[in-house]
Amino acid sequence: MSTITRCSRLLVMAVVVVTLGACATATPYDYTAYKQNRPVSMLVLPPLNETPEVVATYGVLSQATFPLAEAGYYVVPVSLMDETFRQNGLNNPAEIHDVSPQKLREIFGADAAVYIKITQYGTSYAVIASDTRVTVQARIMDLRTGDLLWQGSATAASSESKSSNQGGLVGLLVQAIVTQIVETAADTSIVYAGIASQRLLSPRPNGILYGPRSPNYQKD
Amino acid sequence: MATTGHCVRLVGLMAGIIGGGSLLGCAEAPKRLYHWDGFQAQLYEYFKGDGSSPDEQLRVLNDQSQRARASGRAVPPGFHAHVAMLYLRLGRDVEAKLELEAEKAGFPESTQYMDFLLKHMTGSKQ
Repeated sequence: MSTITRCSRLLVMAVVVVTLGACATATPYDYTAYKQNRPVSMLVLPPLNETPEVVATYGVLSQATFPLAEAGYYVVPVSLMDETFRQNGLNNPAEIHDVSPQKLREIFGADAAVYIKITQYGTSYAVIASDTRVTVQARIMDLRTGDLLWQGSATAASSESKSSNQGGLVGLLVQAIVTQIVETAADTSIVYAGIASQRLLSPRPNGILYGPRSPNYQKD
Repeated sequence: MATTGHCVRLVGLMAGIIGGGSLLGCAEAPKRLYHWDGFQAQLYEYFKGDGSSPDEQLRVLNDQSQRARASGRAVPPGFHAHVAMLYLRLGRDVEAKLELEAEKAGFPESTQYMDFLLKHMTGSKQ
């Protein structure tokens, strides 16, 4: 095979990969219920933690306000919300996820609740290279109608930034976010909790829609 | 080999350009709605519960609030409410109330919950 053919093949592959990564719409998400309900405010419940890392719930909860608020939603204050549950004897996420939508709406006045589940959180140490990884899933339920508005999942891992030295803009973006957060938080997992939360709860293809406080509201 | 190296560089460049274009095309503009500063780091600090004292956390957040004001940008949803809770921890109820009112003024969407908390506060204290 000539070098030119190989080169153009590589080029085509690179184009396909990058385009898919940035703007893929392979199977468009069905936004019917989301658009019918159009929530104004979101209540992020303490995430269910399926990992051995005790800090996972609060790692993710502390990072979830940013993407939703920047997407244009009002986000119920997470620390006060957590305290309100505690004062009512609800200390663990599983119990909290079982509270009825009516009750949640009555107390917090939110239009929708975000139910997050953490399936990976922390660093696995291996001989060749260790990897810090956070994987989260979310369901957004409307508290007025009980409709499922959206669901999705996201992962962030340290291995991706290490291998993306030649990864162009995306690599640089990840690096930039990482550096920014490292300045304020000592532990590594929280960095990836932040990135995973942003990937999970930001408007992007098949992601959540913009909320009313965003200039992009109803343009998606 | 020279040709292969060139090819890889070309592919890299193309990927960069297309990636950049796609990001511009479908990602949101980098301009943020709120002045975040270290708010999320402070929330994490609070939740972990093994770091700085409520006093120290309040000092950091009040500095941040001043920087937000200086830059003419709003603090994020939950900021005043979180400050309110730190004041409550310290028994400084008057300041806590003011912060809850500030959350309500900044975000009328919070009215129902803020009123619930204000009512609860006056209910629990004589």
